Amino acid sequence: MTTPRMSKKSRYEIILAGAGGQGLILSAIILSEAAIREGKNVVQTQSYGIAARGGLSEAEVIIDTEEILFQQVRNPDIILAMTEGAFAKFRSLARTGTLIFYDETLAAGQHGDNLLGLPFTRSARDLGHGASANLIALGAIAARTEVVHMENLIAVVTRTFSVQALQTNMKAVLMGEDLISGQVFRN
Amino acid sequence: MITTPNQTQLMQGNQAMTHGALYAGARFYAGYPITPSSEIAEECSVLMPKLGGMYIQMEDEIASIAAVVGASLAGAKAFTATSGPGFSLMQENLGFAVMAEVPCVVINVQRSGPSTGLATKPAQADVMQARWGRHGDQSVVALCPSTVAECFGLTVQAFNFSEKYRIPVILVADEVVAHMREGFRIPEDGEVTVIERKRPTCHPRRYKPFETDIDGVAPLASYGSDYVFHVSSSMHGPDGFSNNDPVNATRKIEQLHRKVEFHRDEIVITRSFDIEDADVLLVAYGITARAARAAALAGREAGIKAGVLQLLTLWPFADKEIGLASERVQTIIVPEMNYAGQVAGEVQKVVGPDRDIRRVNRYNGQIITPDDILEVMTR
Amino acid sequence: MVVAGSGLQYLKKGITPHMWCPGCGNGIVLAMIFRVFEKLDYRMEETVVVTGIGCWGKADDYVVTNGFHGTHGRALAFATGIKAFNPRLHVVVLMGDGDCITIGGNHFIHAARRNIDLTAIIVNNFNYGMTGGQVSGTTPSGMYTSTTVYMNPERDVDICALAAVAGANYVARGTPYHGFELETNMEEALTKKGFSVVEVVSPCPTHYGKNNAMRTPVEMLKWIKGKAMTKAEYDSLDPSITGEYFPIGKLVDRDAPDFNTRYDEIRGRAMKDRTP
Repeated sequence: MTTPRMSKKSRYEIILAGAGGQGLILSAIILSEAAIREGKNVVQTQSYGIAARGGLSEAEVIIDTEEILFQQVRNPDIILAMTEGAFAKFRSLARTGTLIFYDETLAAGQHGDNLLGLPFTRSARDLGHGASANLIALGAIAARTEVVHMENLIAVVTRTFSVQALQTNMKAVLMGEDLISGQVFRN
Repeated sequence: MITTPNQTQLMQGNQAMTHGALYAGARFYAGYPITPSSEIAEECSVLMPKLGGMYIQMEDEIASIAAVVGASLAGAKAFTATSGPGFSLMQENLGFAVMAEVPCVVINVQRSGPSTGLATKPAQADVMQARWGRHGDQSVVALCPSTVAECFGLTVQAFNFSEKYRIPVILVADEVVAHMREGFRIPEDGEVTVIERKRPTCHPRRYKPFETDIDGVAPLASYGSDYVFHVSSSMHGPDGFSNNDPVNATRKIEQLHRKVEFHRDEIVITRSFDIEDADVLLVAYGITARAARAAALAGREAGIKAGVLQLLTLWPFADKEIGLASERVQTIIVPEMNYAGQVAGEVQKVVGPDRDIRRVNRYNGQIITPDDILEVMTR
Repeated sequence: MVVAGSGLQYLKKGITPHMWCPGCGNGIVLAMIFRVFEKLDYRMEETVVVTGIGCWGKADDYVVTNGFHGTHGRALAFATGIKAFNPRLHVVVLMGDGDCITIGGNHFIHAARRNIDLTAIIVNNFNYGMTGGQVSGTTPSGMYTSTTVYMNPERDVDICALAAVAGANYVARGTPYHGFELETNMEEALTKKGFSVVEVVSPCPTHYGKNNAMRTPVEMLKWIKGKAMTKAEYDSLDPSITGEYFPIGKLVDRDAPDFNTRYDEIRGRAMKDRTP
């Protein structure tokens, strides 16, 4: 089946939000490296401090074909919300066009335009590796949008993890892609 | 489609400063961990021994800069990294490096203060500490990056100035630029100029470690070479031994200042963006320069002719450059993450007390946004 | 013309008379260092004398090897950088009790812990001579200085015990009165790999003596002599009176690997590590 995709843009502003320890910074780094493989300019920033130990953690990525001046996200195109708190903070932006991926396992029963709930955490558990929810989400984002090409994401994931960890993490990315291809879209 | 500029890698500001130092030939790092600079220490602990260099974690920042100075005199290009509280502790021995003219680089990744303050949040409030933190009559060089590429490039430049002029150089970074990641390609060897310190060529018996050449800088030997020499924190003569003669003291203090003054055109680095026809001049530095450039572009879209003068060198101050750039503008705006307007005050000195300078200040650990600046621009 | 064995080739010419007071131990100790340098055949180029601030911290003014006159309390930290980067150098650090143990105490502990191959020669005269005889971290309890005129309410630190517990490879104590033994200990310290410490309990008749009813250098030296004893004698004392005396001679002698040797192992591991 064909999946609706976000139309291609020269600039993307992305926020990955959730709890400290969910691997969001790593996801942001992987996403950024995939964009660099495509010759794009990238700035990756993060919230820092207590957020790294359990509070709300936010990693930001800006991808642009032009020079990136201001380093922080101002008009997010894509948000990943991995906790209920993160979802609550950002959900109103969906109304103004931000595409929000959220973890349906944690914030169930939310519907509306530009809201895309997927079972990242549950899928990660099914995979037997709860910590890979972030990579499932990345796979889904790459599959649904044109922020980076899937093959570049896979190339970076291959480079990032040790041989032992690679198989699970690669499965996670592909599982994210499958979540999109199997999705019945509401919008 | 996939162009893969394979040498470009995602790099953090702290990492880029580390690689800049290594590129410049640094082979000795002594430091004490402190947020938000600790990644530099960690990176050095991995890379220095691989390169045959040394990473040593000292008992505090006082000892860290002392070990850096010692290693430099033993022939190393040496550096340390810290943040505000540690930078305060380093000041006395940084004064030693000024007095004994020992090349060394200190990276101060600024965070919010005073004291422990907002320990993980950014600030730009150490501009004056960099310049005046030590007691006594002295002069230093301070550089300030706004991008990961500048983190690398200005670190190389810091070593170059330090080695060339036998002076401590301070890299005044901030938490955001230090933790930010951008795509960056480490240059090939030879692509960026690396300067080595001037070594003595006279007969060892004739060598005086403070006998200056025409450029105001004396060649510096290393402990362990054929040249035996003496350095001192006390006022000293050309031979490095104590000398309390007022004529000698006058000459020494003048030389410490003039070696910087004479070369200020080389040391002062600025970048200008759209200032030729500007009515509004933004003078900005460090991470805030990025918001300033975004604000200037937004201003132009709204019909305001705005331009930016970015200060990559904070000290010596870019007085000539600011004077020139501000001549024809109507409005001058200085955004910076401190309450007192540490750079705004210096700009005021340049343009005179009669000209109004609009200040944009933040001192709550949050960055200045383009909107903050735009609001003041359109007021 | 330098007399063989005198070590005078290490003394800077044309600078005497030196600035130290009559009866001070510094000149005796410096002469001893020069003689040991000569005995060990230390070349000027390979030797760095590092000092801090204080009366003994002025010693570098009289030395023609490489010299480093640093800031108060930090001599060991500067010396650590010198030695760590060039382990072939003989780095000898001259500090007083104020410099080394009081303001610089933390560096002393960590230099010993790190076991960096330096020799610290500490002249302990129980007070701050240069600034006028104020109390220091080694002024014994109950004694008088220009800032403890009613007596010192604090206790003193035992430099050698601290060095021993912090990990120094070699620790010895001596006095200018026991010149021969001290010179032997100094030679042992300089040839020992790792952190070595020689504490010289030394007279300051100008301040400490004057403030404590010892008006002449001879009286001060006799007072020091009366307190010094061999380690065996000291260990046999009744614990209630050990505070009145101090042991002299070699106190610690061990061969733990020094910092640079350990760091070479780190380099070996790092160079084998293939991760970028």
